[in-house]
Amino acid sequence: MRIGVITFPGSLDDRDAQRAVRRAGAEAVALWHADHDLRGVDALVLPGGFSYGDYLRAGAIAAMAPIMTEVVQAADSGMPVLGICNGFQVLVEAHLLPGGLIRNDHGSFIRRDQHIVVENVDTAWTNGFVTGQEIVIPIKNADGGFIADEETLKRIEGEGLVAFRYAGLNPNGSFHDIAGLTNERGNIVGLMPHPEHATEPGFGPDTDERMRSGVDGLVFFESALRAVLAA
Amino acid sequence: MTADAAAIAVPTVPLDTVASAAATPEREQPYEALGLKGDEYAQIREILGRRPTSAELAMYSVMWSEHCSYKSSKNYLRQFGQKVTPEMTKHLMVGMGQNAGVVDIGEGWAVTFKVESHNHPSFIEPFQGAATGVGGIVRDIISMGARPVAVMDQLRFGRVDDPDTARVVHGVVGGISFYGNCLGLPNIGGETVFDAVYQGNPLVNALAVGVLRHDDLHLANATGVGNLVVLFGARTGGDGIGGASILASDSFSSGGPTKRPAVQVGDPFAEKVLIECCLELFQDHLVEGIQDLGAAGISCATSELASNGDGGMAISLDNVLLRDPTLTAEEILMSESQERMMAVVHPDRLDGFLAVTAKWDVEASVLGEVTGDSRLVIDWHGERIVDVDPRTVAVDSPVYDRPVAYPVWLDALRADSAASLPRSDASTEADRSELREQFLALLGSPNLADKSWVTNQYDYYVGGNTALSFPDDAGMIRVDEGSGLGVAVATDANGRFCLLDPAQGAKLALAEAYRNVAATGAVPMAVTDCLNFGSPENPEVMWQFSQAVEGLSDACLELGIPVTGGNVSFYNQTGSTPIFPTPVVGVLGVIDDVARRVPSGWQDAGENLYLLGTTALELDGSAWAGTIHGHLGGLPPRVDLGREKALADLLHNAAVEGIITSAHDLSDGGLAQTLAEGVLRFGVGARVWLDGIVERDEVDATTALFSESTGRALVSVAREDDVKFRGLCDGRNYPVLRIGVTDAVVGEQPVLEVQDVFTVGLEELRATSRATLAEHFGAVVGQ
Repeated sequence: MRIGVITFPGSLDDRDAQRAVRRAGAEAVALWHADHDLRGVDALVLPGGFSYGDYLRAGAIAAMAPIMTEVVQAADSGMPVLGICNGFQVLVEAHLLPGGLIRNDHGSFIRRDQHIVVENVDTAWTNGFVTGQEIVIPIKNADGGFIADEETLKRIEGEGLVAFRYAGLNPNGSFHDIAGLTNERGNIVGLMPHPEHATEPGFGPDTDERMRSGVDGLVFFESALRAVLAA
Repeated sequence: MTADAAAIAVPTVPLDTVASAAATPEREQPYEALGLKGDEYAQIREILGRRPTSAELAMYSVMWSEHCSYKSSKNYLRQFGQKVTPEMTKHLMVGMGQNAGVVDIGEGWAVTFKVESHNHPSFIEPFQGAATGVGGIVRDIISMGARPVAVMDQLRFGRVDDPDTARVVHGVVGGISFYGNCLGLPNIGGETVFDAVYQGNPLVNALAVGVLRHDDLHLANATGVGNLVVLFGARTGGDGIGGASILASDSFSSGGPTKRPAVQVGDPFAEKVLIECCLELFQDHLVEGIQDLGAAGISCATSELASNGDGGMAISLDNVLLRDPTLTAEEILMSESQERMMAVVHPDRLDGFLAVTAKWDVEASVLGEVTGDSRLVIDWHGERIVDVDPRTVAVDSPVYDRPVAYPVWLDALRADSAASLPRSDASTEADRSELREQFLALLGSPNLADKSWVTNQYDYYVGGNTALSFPDDAGMIRVDEGSGLGVAVATDANGRFCLLDPAQGAKLALAEAYRNVAATGAVPMAVTDCLNFGSPENPEVMWQFSQAVEGLSDACLELGIPVTGGNVSFYNQTGSTPIFPTPVVGVLGVIDDVARRVPSGWQDAGENLYLLGTTALELDGSAWAGTIHGHLGGLPPRVDLGREKALADLLHNAAVEGIITSAHDLSDGGLAQTLAEGVLRFGVGARVWLDGIVERDEVDATTALFSESTGRALVSVAREDDVKFRGLCDGRNYPVLRIGVTDAVVGEQPVLEVQDVFTVGLEELRATSRATLAEHFGAVVGQ
């Protein structure tokens, strides 16, 4: 099983996503934004960071990168694609997911251990959760406010495209507390929190039992393995 | 280049060439406006045997500034290199003098770390000043061949309630957050201090840590005749011109001209790409030597590279890629445009080098080559405008033995001890409620209050190797994912102690940072420092400086850990009032396996709380004296470095054996603050009693709670490890007292109960600690 992690100029959590892939038992394949080549991977991760310094809009320039041609084709053909934070922004800018992401409502970068509720477990990246499960995943961003027009929101909610919703505290002013989305087919998932930073005991979010012991993020990557095997 | 741009680029005044300088010795030159003294200018003329060209004058003026040349501090800093033993330098791969020191931490790994100041730019333009401070220290780390893995910031602002403080705080924290987060470097700790003495001169120090394999070490040397000198990264623009010389060598005066344009503007995206580009260049063995461009830009990089190498250097400034084509040669030499590096590249490897820079969309241009004649020569438009011995620019700058004078006011200050202030002994209800009020006042005081307002804006996750970060005693980063080998870093400085006794204050800063690193289970190994002081032209300040360096170097020798590098920042004052002497001391420690790290608070119920060390009446300069009584006087706490070593050894062994579940050092605010932080860390209560301390150490309740005696730590021990832990302490004869148990609860709520004195619920602790920064700077994000 090979999962590709795309590095754009300014990607920051690319090596962390690769580590998470390996921890889930898959082979991590480094992909380069300027190549028109997915190197035969079975699934894709667009990692967090500040691709192109967030110039223009977060994710806007990366969405035009050469490799995105192949990413869009692969996504359209049903390959599991996960966009984390900046990767989510790229997926939205590439119109693979609806809506937009803007500056946090409080205006600052925020880093916290965020509780989120899994609302859709019929996706390639969430099939290991149960509906309504509350998990803890670190969030860290400046542009995480999810927005969409009324019609789009109605569609997102009506079709069950909300994959995750913030619980307890909405950290950025996202409409409807939306933390992450999926597409109709369930192969594409994007979210602002960082599941790759909740995959290794000792380096994840604090839990009630032990500091930095949260590993809820591992389920994302294990889910993808199951989805690929089932396909 | 368009025809218009070409037209603009043609200089409108005749070039001041080496030949014309020799021919017109009488021409007046603006050396004073560039920060040079008359005798320094005369010295330059003597070195050259003629007057300098305007380009040479620009170079000498920036390189001979206090900021770049260390001319007032050099004589003192030698002590850090002299007061060492072979044992101390055994693990040093690179000592002081290079961009940053490098320490061998075993398993083929090395670590480089350094703290540096960016104080003056951060007052003028807090956001950009702080941002480029992070950028600068990170480039120092890269230029050693290391991958940067973490940053920390040591911040000192004016009064929390001064209207201008919010401007500076918002800007500085925003700048660090913007730049550091965008680089993908976890921010793992630091300090935030408020005091009126920093009102017109905040301190923004930034520390970076990098890791490398032993084989990857790179030095800033220009060696090998015929090797090429390549400038790469961002283009050179007009920002920061004269910043090094003018900003760092003269204090602010409100009536002076605005110096805003002298502050550099940072682009963290360019820096992030530059980091990755450099690491790939190192990995592919494409550079012979490398140097970052910081203060004094190309002047500094060329003269330092050439001085450290074995030859000279010949470059043409026409090859510098410019953002602004109207820049003069002098401006190009002085520009402090950010995100630039200079490499020495073998001609055979140039194609490979350029392929890597092209991959990362980093612009590069060959400026010239390494020569064998020991001269640094620079051409512009086909004319020679610089011809100097590079060592006279970068190494043999003037050295001053400035006058020192024991401050006339110090004896009176020292005579005014806090021991005469009223202290409650908890014997009456009124006493007890007064102690409760004092405890909460300290907990909510700006310097002891919760710093989430700041730290919630920093990413500590990125990299996936952060084992500890704020609010624990030290930040900790895993270096080797296989073995778990890691490093811990803590920094400290107490300006109030340093005002009372700069030598003792510097020792206390070292002792605290050392103790903080030890509390996490790591073994302290090396020291970096950022010495922030007032004007060296003030003999009293110079006395403070000399004392601090002496105290710190003596203490390093006694603890057996060397200073590997650092920075001096003078002229920190507004008008004639200097800041408190503020030597920020950073200690780096090594831990075999970060899985054995120890946090600063307890997480489980039913554990015993032990106080290590003894408590004396040491309230002079304390947070209690300052916050409760507005008092600063007397003599700072004693420090017994032998005892600190014993404590560190004990904590390390306890961590290795896994018999302590938390450890937290006692410092600002004393035992009371340590207890509060222990409860707040994971929201688990504690019941403690002071009788044992009061009886054994013959102190009153106020002293037991708030004294800042050194050599102390609070640890929690699970019941099953109790006997082992007592044995460990007894075996080392280290004073230990069981003073409490974890998990006190009243009703449903965890509490901190100081038996027979006061009880405070978790909610009140939290609210008190969190309210202060929010009240002055706005809501805390994520709370």
